[in-house]
Parts: sequence; structure tokens; C-alpha cells
Amino acid sequence: MPATRIVVPAKANKGDVIEIKTLINHVMETGFRHDNFGKPIPRDIITRFTCTYAGEEVFRMDLFTGVAANPFVAFTTIATETGDLVFEWTDQHGAVTRAQAHIIVT
Amino acid sequence: MQQSLPQDQAAKLSRRSLLAGSLCLLVLPLSGDPAEATPEGMAEAMAQALGRDPSIKPGRVKVELPELAENGNSVPLKISVESPMSAADHVKMIYVFSEQNPVANVVRFHLGPRSGAARVRTTIRLAATQRITVVAQMSDGSLWSGGANVVVTQAACFDGT
Repeated sequence: MPATRIVVPAKANKGDVIEIKTLINHVMETGFRHDNFGKPIPRDIITRFTCTYAGEEVFRMDLFTGVAANPFVAFTTIATETGDLVFEWTDQHGAVTRAQAHIIVT
Repeated sequence: MQQSLPQDQAAKLSRRSLLAGSLCLLVLPLSGDPAEATPEGMAEAMAQALGRDPSIKPGRVKVELPELAENGNSVPLKISVESPMSAADHVKMIYVFSEQNPVANVVRFHLGPRSGAARVRTTIRLAATQRITVVAQMSDGSLWSGGANVVVTQAACFDGT
């Protein structure tokens, strides 16, 4: 399971626009490179990232080979209620890495 | 035959064949590369994502990239779109296209009224000095675009180098 890092404010006022930052350790191998013996290195990338907030999807990202290794993304959402933010990264084989964070909204 | 040739002639022949042989070795692995990117490739990717002959207006999209990227492997990209981000009027999609990378589609973001703002940051790979084009699709279907030029001194390792 790749390591992930998430930055979500612990608390926010209702209606605030909060910034969320996430990163996952992943090679994002493009499939265009060759090893020392001239053999192509197969493509291995994450293709989708989603963020759900209290069960509802608030952000989605489609990734291609042009995204750098260890994909980082920062995006915004409105603090609507106290609840869990669930982050899911899906790779090209369908394997899902999941992480979550809790936010208290007053 | 080889034996009957004068010494210097034989040396010349083998030098020539050696040169030809080494050239073949150099050329073979390169010719197999699928990494062929062109502005036409980007136009094709845009047509696939946005439809044939989409009416894209310039404006509302701000793209920030460093003017000079010393290493194309990881270049910070910041995008913001002017939009009230209300239920009636918001940004639905942000597309990032490259005219020089082997894959013209770089990344896409799906946004909505719950985003609160149309602001995203990520890190991308750049295969060469180029202009990055960003298209935002609004909830009314209109398309707006912006871009940024970036000079890349060391390209991302899309190939064997």
C-alpha cells in the first residue's frame, strides 16, 4: 500500500472555503522509458483520484502520464458539516488506496 | 579473400563495417519510441475531449508555471478560473493539454459548486520547452482557455535517457 500524506484543517467555520492537499508515493511510470538492456519499462500510473466529503463526491482528478511521480494535488471545498473526508487513488489495474481525515465544522 | 587483401585495405574495411554496425545499434532502440508529440496531437486530444471545432474563448483561466523549469520531471502548476462557483454558475471541468509531451492529455480536474473556488495545484512532467494550454468548461457549457509558456532545460525522462 503506497504511503499517503494529507493536509486538512482540523476545524473550520461553516461556509469557509478550505484548501486540502494530498500526496501519494507512486512512481507514475510513463511506459516510454527503457531499462539498461533496452527493454521497455511497462506503464504503471494512477489514473483517478477522488475526494468525498460526508459521503458526497466533492473533487475528482483524472491522471495521465504527464503527472509527476508522487502525485500531489491541492484543491478547495466548502466546509459544510462535521464529518469524514475520504480520499481514494485508483491505479490502472483498479487497485485502490484509501485514506481519510476528519474535520470539525462549527 | 580477406587474407589476400593488403594489410591497410583490410583495416579500412573492418573499420567501415564496425562504424556501420555501431550506427545500427544506436538507431535501433530510438526508432521504437512511441513518443511523438506535436501541436496536431494536442488538437486531436482537445477534439476528443471537447468535441470537433469547439468554440473556446480566451480568458477567465489563469495558469501559473515557472518561466524556467530546470528539471521537467516535476514542475509546479497552479490554475485558477474566474467563476462565482454557485449552483447556477460554476466550473465543471479543467483540462490541461501539452503540445510537446508524448501524451497530450496531462491532467483533468472535476469541480462543482461544492468546490467553493476554482483553484487547483499539482506537479506535472514536461518533455520539452512548450506552451501549456488549460481549458475550463463551465456549467453552461461554455469553454474558456488560458496558458503559460515554460522553458525546460532538462526534459522529463519520457524516453530512455
